[in-house]
Amino acid sequence: MFDQLKKTEVYKSIFRHSYQDTQRNRALQIVDNVFLHLHPVRVPRHATNLSYTWGMGGITFLLFLILTITGVILMFYYRPTAQYAYEDMKYLMNDVPFGPLIRNMHRWAAHAMVLTVMLHMFRVFLTGSYKPPRQFNWVVGVLLLVLTLLLSFSGYLLPWDQLSIWAVTVGTNMARATPLLGHEGPLGPELGMRIDNDVRFVLLGGTEVGPPTLLRFYVGHCIFLPLIAVIFMAVHFWRVRKDGGISGPEAAKKI
Amino acid sequence: MGQFLEILSKPDNIPIVLLLLSVIYFTWLYWVKAKRNDMATVPVEATQDDKVQVWPYLVRIEFLMTIAIMAVMVVWSIALDAPLEEPANRALTPNPSKAPWYFLGLQELLVYFDPWIAGVVLPTLIIVGLMAIPYVDINEKGNGYYTYKERKFAVLTFGFGFLIMWVALIVLGTFLRGPGWNFFWPGEVWDPHYVAVLTNVDLSEYFGITTRMPDNSLNPLAFIFGAVCVGGFYSLGVLYWIKNRNTDLMQKLGLVRYSVVSFLFLSMVGVVIKVILRLLPTAFGLNPVKYVWVTPWFNV
Ligand code: HEM
Repeated sequence: MFDQLKKTEVYKSIFRHSYQDTQRNRALQIVDNVFLHLHPVRVPRHATNLSYTWGMGGITFLLFLILTITGVILMFYYRPTAQYAYEDMKYLMNDVPFGPLIRNMHRWAAHAMVLTVMLHMFRVFLTGSYKPPRQFNWVVGVLLLVLTLLLSFSGYLLPWDQLSIWAVTVGTNMARATPLLGHEGPLGPELGMRIDNDVRFVLLGGTEVGPPTLLRFYVGHCIFLPLIAVIFMAVHFWRVRKDGGISGPEAAKKI
Repeated sequence: MGQFLEILSKPDNIPIVLLLLSVIYFTWLYWVKAKRNDMATVPVEATQDDKVQVWPYLVRIEFLMTIAIMAVMVVWSIALDAPLEEPANRALTPNPSKAPWYFLGLQELLVYFDPWIAGVVLPTLIIVGLMAIPYVDINEKGNGYYTYKERKFAVLTFGFGFLIMWVALIVLGTFLRGPGWNFFWPGEVWDPHYVAVLTNVDLSEYFGITTRMPDNSLNPLAFIFGAVCVGGFYSLGVLYWIKNRNTDLMQKLGLVRYSVVSFLFLSMVGVVIKVILRLLPTAFGLNPVKYVWVTPWFNV
């Protein structure tokens, strides 16, 4: 039956080559697959060694995918208004089938992603992988780190409970003190900054964390920040390839 | 002790426990690998440079890792519920009010610095400083393999910044800072009414210069004293340059790169000094230092 199926035109149009274990097929497996062709066909052996890369970049990306999927599901049940947000959370935790599973996974994966992105940076530093030719990819990485933190921070507000509103209050209170641009920052008042026109006001959409803040953080969390992060990730992965794949001791070999 | 275990095992604090354990593990792993490479003539990585097929040798690892991580996430999500507290209420401030865990290092620095430094300037310097690393580190060695010997300054500086100033402060802020952001040892009960009685003084007052005149205006002498302290501290970088400018390393580094490195490095050291100035005097029954430099516009 399966053999018959394999001969049909439909099957052949989807799967272009057989699974025979030849060098050529192994290569085709990679280049003919839209997901796998991010990879080179062959890599140096140490690049497949988990104790070299720690796998943290890949895990960060996997967690990002998990977050995207669970996040989209959460969006079906969540309305970003002060009136409904908390109610929707309760509903999700108590009445939606698998609601707690989805929400928990979104929460824990977000924490885990912050953790793995930090460890990834630590590894990249310790192997000196930011050195030429990978300087710019490190800079892209730093932007991704900042984006990861901002994504996590903006998501923290959305449950609209005591934990979220006060954590975000503490966090955004810093913006009051921005030099020049905050109403309590050095030279801020001298430049005409007031509580109702400084950077914090722009961030919160008000003088305190309130319903407009919820909407702002929601849009930032679900649309703006992920979009930017995806763009930078595309650049990041592309650059890993273009900079010659995973770093290795090329220079040391020559000595 | 019960309360400490309770804080330790709060679902939202699991990541910090994981952070601590994984950072210790990976630092150890780095150390083992770096030592081995430093003792060998060529790094281990250089002996593994034969090419292998990505399919199956890399893809299978990715596949297994994906399954493992998914399994961990599912178990974690079934076992522990994400917190959902009382509905948001502006009239009810919890004590302590803490930022999300990854910002607790910065919140800790609020003890020692005004918000414009701890909340705005330092994060900016961290981001800019991280981005600058590849352009100011001109050491060609240690690219693509683990080593300590060949890049001691880089590893020690980054290691200190990441492990102590970032990770350790997060752990401290999560587990040892209680109500009123007061310090509590593990096992001590978080007493919401505890008030630390400390009279902070400015550094100049240790030298007999009062910060305020009797009419409460700023004492110009104190202003100058502070400016000399801060300026003098950063000019250490200039002195070092003048003394070592003819060495090969400095010539290769160039003035621009050197300025960036010395400014960022001294800023990090400065943060540590300010922390010490605040904490150390209390050990001798003296008053902690509040500001090093008071000006009409900002205080350092
Ligand atoms: C959302 C965040 C990020 C994702 C998804 C990500 C993903 C990846 C992946 C999959 C790799 C391949 C090698 C590996 O897994 O270690 C990689 C390499 C790299 N990443 Fe990231 N990364 C992120 C953030 C960062 C950060 C914060 C930095 C540094 C500040 C960074 C710098 C680099 C560099 C320089 C490489 C090349 C390493 C080498 O060739 O050995 N990335 N990244």
